[in-house]
Amino acid sequence: MKIYVDMDQCQHYGQCTFEAPTVFQLNDDGKLEYVGEVDAALAEQVEAAADVCPMQAITVEA
Amino acid sequence: MPHAVVVGAGLGGLRAAESLRGQGIDVTVIGDEVYLPYNRPPLSKEALKGGVDVDGLYFRRKFDDIDWRLGAAATGCSLAERVVTVDDSAYTFDGLVIASGIRPRHLPVPGIQPPVLRTVHDARALRDRLTPGTSLLVVGAGFIGCEVAATARQLGCEVTVTAYDSEPMLRPLGPELGAAMKAHHEAHGVTFHLGQGVKEFHADGVTLADGTRLTADVVIEAVGSVPNVEWLHGNDLDLVDGVLTDNLMRVVQPAKGDGSAGTTAGPTDVPVVAVGDVARFPNPRFDDVPRRIEHWNLPTETGKRAGQTLGALLKGEEPTGDFRPMPAFWSDQYDFSLQSYGEPALGTPTLVDGEWSGDCIVEYLRDGDVIGVVGVNRTKDLMHYRKEIGQEAVDSA
Ligand SMILES: Cc1cc2nc3c(=O)[nH]c(=O)nc-3n(C[C@H](O)[C@H](O)[C@H](O)COP(=O)(O)OP(=O)(O)OC[C@H]3O[C@@H](n4cnc5c(N)ncnc54)[C@H](O)[C@@H]3O)c2cc1C
Ligand code: SF4
Repeated sequence: MKIYVDMDQCQHYGQCTFEAPTVFQLNDDGKLEYVGEVDAALAEQVEAAADVCPMQAITVEA
Repeated sequence: MPHAVVVGAGLGGLRAAESLRGQGIDVTVIGDEVYLPYNRPPLSKEALKGGVDVDGLYFRRKFDDIDWRLGAAATGCSLAERVVTVDDSAYTFDGLVIASGIRPRHLPVPGIQPPVLRTVHDARALRDRLTPGTSLLVVGAGFIGCEVAATARQLGCEVTVTAYDSEPMLRPLGPELGAAMKAHHEAHGVTFHLGQGVKEFHADGVTLADGTRLTADVVIEAVGSVPNVEWLHGNDLDLVDGVLTDNLMRVVQPAKGDGSAGTTAGPTDVPVVAVGDVARFPNPRFDDVPRRIEHWNLPTETGKRAGQTLGALLKGEEPTGDFRPMPAFWSDQYDFSLQSYGEPALGTPTLVDGEWSGDCIVEYLRDGDVIGVVGVNRTKDLMHYRKEIGQEAVDSA
């Protein structure tokens, strides 16, 4: 599945990192880094991450 | 196939509806606003600054077979008959989700009531009037009042804030951090009149308790909230402050108090759950006191949990599990990004890193335990608290 984060929207709150830590991470500067394409086995985690993003910046495509 | 009715088309209603639909349950959502669920926090921040476009605020929706009845306010409900009424129409249900949220409170003082900020409509009306050079008076110095003040300054308005409390955001932040945030606002040109209640509203401002008269082109009131529970009256529920539920978000009925048999407090006979800002529930992460929490992450947490609880009840099963969500909030004011985990309002603030007046981390202690934390511009350093606060109670359970 494909993941896209609108970096104009993202405020680097890091809430997504709690739900899908292998996909979303804050780097040393506190900026979001993420993996753009992941295995469907992670679908539930990625969906949960998109749900908790306060800026609703995460798009998920199956 | 069992059928659930959700009252309230906000974030909590959406998450509960999706959880139920995902279990194969038919869902009807009744919402009094005309919009599908949208994100409210930007209404005092980015969206208020940039122009209020609801298309950019809608939540993504995972199902296209949820039945949305919008622009429809629930006017009554009978749990015994399992029916919600919307004026003359009746919606019967097997299970009910209470997701009707809160509305802004008005001060009980005479005069012309100022507008408030909760909906897209409110935000549009406010935005239209915040032209450069306009003077704005914000009544109330909580998060929403302070965010509106910051946004209005960025739009070029003259801004005054007045509140009864002695510091802005006093209850959640404590006096030291409140004072520091006040100084940040003052450095950005905001004037404060604190420690005085409003005695009277006028078309062009207010009179404070000590007789001070404050005038402005635009007045907005942001003094807290009232839970939307009137439609539930007549069902013997505990509606003292929102809807009382147990830890799994199942609505409980108080003891009837007439001494007759079977009158102890307990779950309602009918499957009913409550979610989001309107729900008052105990969270064993902190203690057994039921509380309402008006933070954005709770509608999702409680919505998903309530969906599981109602799903089990509709299958005739007893809901199981444990629910200890971590409250989290954020607030953006100028270049200051505040973030919090836990329940800072329940503890005593202690500065643990940085300076009160700058970027810092403040822990809130209750009986020696960290019960909440607030960081100013310290997002990343705060993250470990999300795993730690109240974790002892969780581990020992
Ligand atoms: C301007 C603003 C800024 C905010 N900023 C932040 C922030 O920065 N951080 C943070 O953590 N939280 C913030 N919040 C709080 C957060 O938005 C709320 O916690 C969240 O919206 C609650 O969701 P909910 O679904 O419980 O309630 P709501 O979103 O209020 O949804 C309830 C819905 O039910 C409807 N309803 C009520 N009665 C009836 C009825 N009888 N029949 C049918 N429908 C009914 C209401 O109109 C509403 O649409 C902010 C809120 C506002 C208003
Ligand atoms: S939760 Fe949203 S805003 Fe926060 S870091 Fe993740 S994508 Fe960005």
